[in-house]
Amino acid sequence: MTLEPLVSIESLRVEFPSKDEPVVAVKDVGFEIFPGEILGLVGESGSGKSVTSQALMQLTKFSAGQVTRGSLNFVRRDGSNTDLRHADEQQMRDIRGNEIGMIFQEPMVALNPSLTIGWQLSEGLRIHRGLSGKSARRRSLELLRKVRIPEPAQRLRQYPHELSGGMCQRVVIAMALACEPRLLIADEPTTALDVTVQAEILALIAMLRRETGAAILLITHDMAVVAQMADRVVVMYRGQIVEHGSVRQILHRPEHDYTRTLLAAVPRIGEMSGYSGPRRMRTAGNSGKRDKEAVSGRERLLDVRNLTKRFPVRGGLLGRTIANVHAVEDVSFVVNVNETLSLVGESGSGKSTAGNCILRLEEPDKGRIMFKEHDLLSLSRPVMRSMRREMQVVFQDPYGSLNPQLRLLDQVAEPIRNHKLETGTAVEDRVASIFKKVGMPRSFLRRYPSELSGGQRQRVAIARSLILNPSFIVADEAVSSLDVTIQAQVLNLMMDLQAELGLSYLFISHDMAVVERVSHRVAVMYQGRIVEIGSRSSIFEDPRHDYTKSLLAAVPRMNPDIRAEAMAVTSATVESPIRPAGYKPDPCRYDEVSPDHLVLQG
Amino acid sequence: MAYYLRRAGNSLLLLLLTVSFVFIAGRMIGDPALNMLGPGASEVALEKLRRAAGLNDPIWLQYIRYVGNLLTGDFGVSYRFGYSVLPSEDLDEIGQPVIDIVIERLPATFLLAAVAMGVAVPLGVLMGVVAAAHPRSVADRIVTIIALAGVSVVQFWLGLMLIVFFAVQLGWLPTGGYGGFHHVILPALTLAARPIGRIAQITRSAMLDEMSKPYVVTARAKGVREWQIVFVHALKNAAVPIITMIGDELSALLTGAILVEKIFAWPGIGLLIIDSLTRSDLPLIQASIAVVATLVVVVNLMVDFSYRLVNPRIKLGTRA
Repeated sequence: MTLEPLVSIESLRVEFPSKDEPVVAVKDVGFEIFPGEILGLVGESGSGKSVTSQALMQLTKFSAGQVTRGSLNFVRRDGSNTDLRHADEQQMRDIRGNEIGMIFQEPMVALNPSLTIGWQLSEGLRIHRGLSGKSARRRSLELLRKVRIPEPAQRLRQYPHELSGGMCQRVVIAMALACEPRLLIADEPTTALDVTVQAEILALIAMLRRETGAAILLITHDMAVVAQMADRVVVMYRGQIVEHGSVRQILHRPEHDYTRTLLAAVPRIGEMSGYSGPRRMRTAGNSGKRDKEAVSGRERLLDVRNLTKRFPVRGGLLGRTIANVHAVEDVSFVVNVNETLSLVGESGSGKSTAGNCILRLEEPDKGRIMFKEHDLLSLSRPVMRSMRREMQVVFQDPYGSLNPQLRLLDQVAEPIRNHKLETGTAVEDRVASIFKKVGMPRSFLRRYPSELSGGQRQRVAIARSLILNPSFIVADEAVSSLDVTIQAQVLNLMMDLQAELGLSYLFISHDMAVVERVSHRVAVMYQGRIVEIGSRSSIFEDPRHDYTKSLLAAVPRMNPDIRAEAMAVTSATVESPIRPAGYKPDPCRYDEVSPDHLVLQG
Repeated sequence: MAYYLRRAGNSLLLLLLTVSFVFIAGRMIGDPALNMLGPGASEVALEKLRRAAGLNDPIWLQYIRYVGNLLTGDFGVSYRFGYSVLPSEDLDEIGQPVIDIVIERLPATFLLAAVAMGVAVPLGVLMGVVAAAHPRSVADRIVTIIALAGVSVVQFWLGLMLIVFFAVQLGWLPTGGYGGFHHVILPALTLAARPIGRIAQITRSAMLDEMSKPYVVTARAKGVREWQIVFVHALKNAAVPIITMIGDELSALLTGAILVEKIFAWPGIGLLIIDSLTRSDLPLIQASIAVVATLVVVVNLMVDFSYRLVNPRIKLGTRA
């Protein structure tokens, strides 16, 4: 390449002071970004990828981080070369938002909730361009059109909470583009978004790169996003760069062990054709061939019929119900013994509400839930309480679902004590044996959750769910907040436990690739209804419903040679399932396209 | 709109409950006629008064008459005010309508509360913002200490100290009374101490919360100046708890300035309530409390309605 680099970072070191030794978040990092390219910066949490990008904007100092070594050279618009490490605050203010724009992970919180979209959009223009009034408004409108937001004039007067997550991210992108920056830093821009929205936003970013010629530093943990978007890739691990090269080189011929582990841990959609049951994930030193396959039984464990849950929306003078959110609408499915049924869908599809209703953490409005030979909804509270020994739950957030004040022993032992199953030292022995099953050393029993990593916490959450020897576990996004390598380990643990203990899972997830890996059968939910249900292979290899197809198409592929066709960049807003009070929805009717493969009519 | 109507309805109900409670409590503190005429009064005079004031009627009839009169704005006449000395046995003199007496006192109370809050709100908010913008700095520590002192200082002690220092020793300001602007300074400062402290504390914690939110990073990444981030981006989001606290403190000033008004001989409602209590002037007690309760309800309504102005996410009246 004969081009001059736009950014060249050399031997960067960033430290965060702490009571003892300073924590080194980034050490000896160096790479270049050339004009107009997309550089993918990949790594798991704690790898230092975000800190590196924040150092470029001198934003680390607001969280007490210090650049203690290295240089951050940036070619400014006027052609001068500035070391951003030593730039003063006035220079930095002139660069931030003007020559370097930034896009953030969670669009809903990245925007100020109490200022209008128009105000926030034009703020940068007022600061850097001195625009005001009409000219700022005209430029704001232009920007909203550029990011393909429908009805832009109306949006300017709206507040962030009136827009969907995808819309908010478009606004954040428009804001970053306001002053035509030469470099756009996109920090996990699609991680918090649904997969179909992610596809739209990625397509938008790719299109804007072509239109504006800005270089993009794309920070992500998602190798598939990198495969689809990046020209070159830098892989970071524990604050250091382990490998860099072109996207094809990194994805097809990774050289460093860590890169290989990272790539191996990512489930790839479509790689399961020919298998009927779940398969263990590949982890380092394990090709995934050695499978104890859990063969699902034909014996019914759970039979859900016509499950319906609506949340009232109240209003008016007397606070009457004026509308209902149809969170779960006429949902029916069966989970067999030793089987994993996945409920897959995007946010707001009702999948978690369905899981909560089955556990009676929420009371459904209608329907029948048969568990073994018990009708769960007719059980009294004390009987239901003892039934809970049979059915347990693992939640998404291992930080929130463990009590920070209790030792792990006490948290995991709590169900035994609640049900008065063991006393004295037998309690501890039982917890220790479960700990062994989930791969946690006995010495951890007396620790507190804050001393554990995310993956370890989720193992503890699984241990807690297993302590009563349940036959059925609801796993509600149980691996979604974990790094991919940890995710692979936890998924393998769950599959091993299934094979060993004969467990059945209701696996609630938004991640199609993970679902393909772990499921026997799959149900796709959309707006509270199951739109398609069938065996894993029928859903993934022969999808019939339009929504299933679009969901599968939206999953980014891990192959840089097969990039998604430029998708329609306009956005279809998802219709929310809010209906006026008294609305009678049609019951769900299904076509049986093949045995056990049902597709919603109409 | 439905929300505003519902809130107004609730407020009226609340006021009715308050006056009812005061009415009942008033009947429980002894024979109103005896309280009024004093222990030396003759049985004839007492009976005459009871008949004239309708005190012989059943209690529910008295109550209905009382509430009915309130609705027409008639709070009754004072047992004390308006008489040349004490009510004569002939009852040929008529007491002053109590509502007039209360309304006469309102300007003094309003002036005191306005000056006190006029000092406390800007100062408290500014202190809290400065502390939150530089956490753990010297400024933060100073603010924290001043705020704690303001909250915990004993009011009458502070009032007396201010009198000793500024009125007695320096002679700059009067020790008490009502008149020009210099009269309001010492009582207002005494009253401002607590609101300054509490507003500074709540502002500091609300602002610390807001300054750690991602939208602040977004604003920095746009190149916004730090003081603009603090005062424009963060303060608007921190406003709800701050406004709540301001409303709380304002209500307290309107009702609880009794001690300070007494110390500084400030002719506000607080002093009136004390006087009417010591004189067992039942109609006046009832009227003062009704007016004060109305003020508190109005302040709370204003606080609730102002939430909508500062925070667009608050949709009044909808519960999801």
